[in-house]
Amino acid sequence: MTVLELDAVSKRFGGVVAVDGFSHRLEEGGLYAVIGPNGAGKTTIFNLITGIYQPTSGSIRFRGEDITGLPPFKIAQKGIARTFQNIRLFSHSSVLDNVRTACFRSSSYSILEGLFPTPRRFREERMLREKTLNLLEMVSLADRAEEKARNLPYGYQRRIEIARALAQEPKLLLLDEPAAGMNPDETRQLMDFIEHIHKTFKLTILLIEHHMELVMGLSQHIVVLDFGKTLASGTAEEIQSNPAVIEAYLGSGEEV
Amino acid sequence: MSEYTIGILILACVNLISVLGLSLLTGFTGQFNFGQAGFMAIGAYTAAILTTRLGAPMAVAIAAAMAMSGLASVLIGYPTLRLKGDYFAIGTLGFAEAIRLVIENFDKLTGGSRGIPRIQTYTTLPVALAAVAVALVVVASYIGSTHGRNCIAIREDEMAAEAIGVDAFRYKQVSFAINAVLAGLSGALLAHYVGFIQPSMFGLVKSTEMIVIVIFGGMQSLTGAVIATFLLTALPEVLRAAMAWRLVLYGVLVVFIMIVRPEGVMGTWELSPRNVKAAFARLRSKARPERAGKAG
Repeated sequence: MTVLELDAVSKRFGGVVAVDGFSHRLEEGGLYAVIGPNGAGKTTIFNLITGIYQPTSGSIRFRGEDITGLPPFKIAQKGIARTFQNIRLFSHSSVLDNVRTACFRSSSYSILEGLFPTPRRFREERMLREKTLNLLEMVSLADRAEEKARNLPYGYQRRIEIARALAQEPKLLLLDEPAAGMNPDETRQLMDFIEHIHKTFKLTILLIEHHMELVMGLSQHIVVLDFGKTLASGTAEEIQSNPAVIEAYLGSGEEV
Repeated sequence: MSEYTIGILILACVNLISVLGLSLLTGFTGQFNFGQAGFMAIGAYTAAILTTRLGAPMAVAIAAAMAMSGLASVLIGYPTLRLKGDYFAIGTLGFAEAIRLVIENFDKLTGGSRGIPRIQTYTTLPVALAAVAVALVVVASYIGSTHGRNCIAIREDEMAAEAIGVDAFRYKQVSFAINAVLAGLSGALLAHYVGFIQPSMFGLVKSTEMIVIVIFGGMQSLTGAVIATFLLTALPEVLRAAMAWRLVLYGVLVVFIMIVRPEGVMGTWELSPRNVKAAFARLRSKARPERAGKAG
């Protein structure tokens, strides 16, 4: 089943064409990557999918439904979760609360019921807490649950952000440069982590990455962008041997 | 207790109801409101007109005051809560001034700048305490609920909140409405405590007093809001001995606290059984560092 389908999506900012007629399909359960040099339009594509930007033209369909032009919170509710290039956590809240907040759609008590200490509300809050702790256990954050998110090291904050996205129980997970600012050791851990959640949560994942090693090792399918246009698309081997890609992105040197 | 002490307590309770609403809106949802006095004025005048002109019972007057103030927040919030940054704060400021001017110029109904005299003093200490108790339960429940966590998420990072599916506009509207309903209640009780209202009681000074209390107590602590309300309501009375200098002293003290403790008196700390236990444990380990060291 096709999870996400982008059809000739373009985005202009004044005279700048950030994304130029981008088309792509993501099949259920796949792990996809978008790579490209700085300013190629990678993050813009994420912002278009999640509704932060409206496309200038083209359409976006999620599980057969047209989501073009919907506000970000509605798109999130349909089952698309994301992380941000510069981590965006609820930094004064605890790790537990960061993740628990994102579980809010598993509870069903109304705003009116939130105003009073009703038994149903306590029951549901207990369920949310348990659910959150289970999830934190799965991503090995349980022992840091009570700490404030902003007091944790960078690598942990990345993981909290991914855990928060998983708490939404998404169908599609978008990861925006998850390995940014990580050393090789942390990157390797992250690769394992992404592979682990891809399997356990049966997710479709689309990630943006600069880190070639991470992309080539993980992704089943890679799209290379350059100046808002699709330069190439295919498996890791196909991309690595594509002359246009080598010229534009990997460089024409011998290093790669 | 002397009449005087009881009076200050009632005034503190009345202020606290308004402060609790503002704490939810500004402290926990992150939306600055510099026009709290406008909502209190709507509550005060609605209730006072109903009891003095129509002889309505206090309960009806209070319900109407809360409804009118809540309705005003919906009308004001719809166009202004979509604005980012400081524009909402400026909108509330303008709204409160507009309300004050309307009241001043609508003298057939409101008595203009002379105000409404001879209001029945229904607000006794038990009434004020009961109202505070209800307000505290409601606001504390809301903040501890999943909806309250969504409000905190909006304050922390609105874009991230939307990315996890939180309808930020709706939650801001709800916080604004709860705030306004409580401010309306506070205004109604105030009118029926003082026995006399006039537009100048609901100016920028009152709005500022409310927001200062919230910041002073700690933006993210209801405990702080309670403590700050009682402290800052009593402070001008305590400083009465200083005569003309008392408001200056009041200002200096507030500035002093903000420099020494910018996060407010209580910061984010809340009075709960769990937090009290943790605080005691910390104190004990400080008192006997050698044992705590071994245990750790």
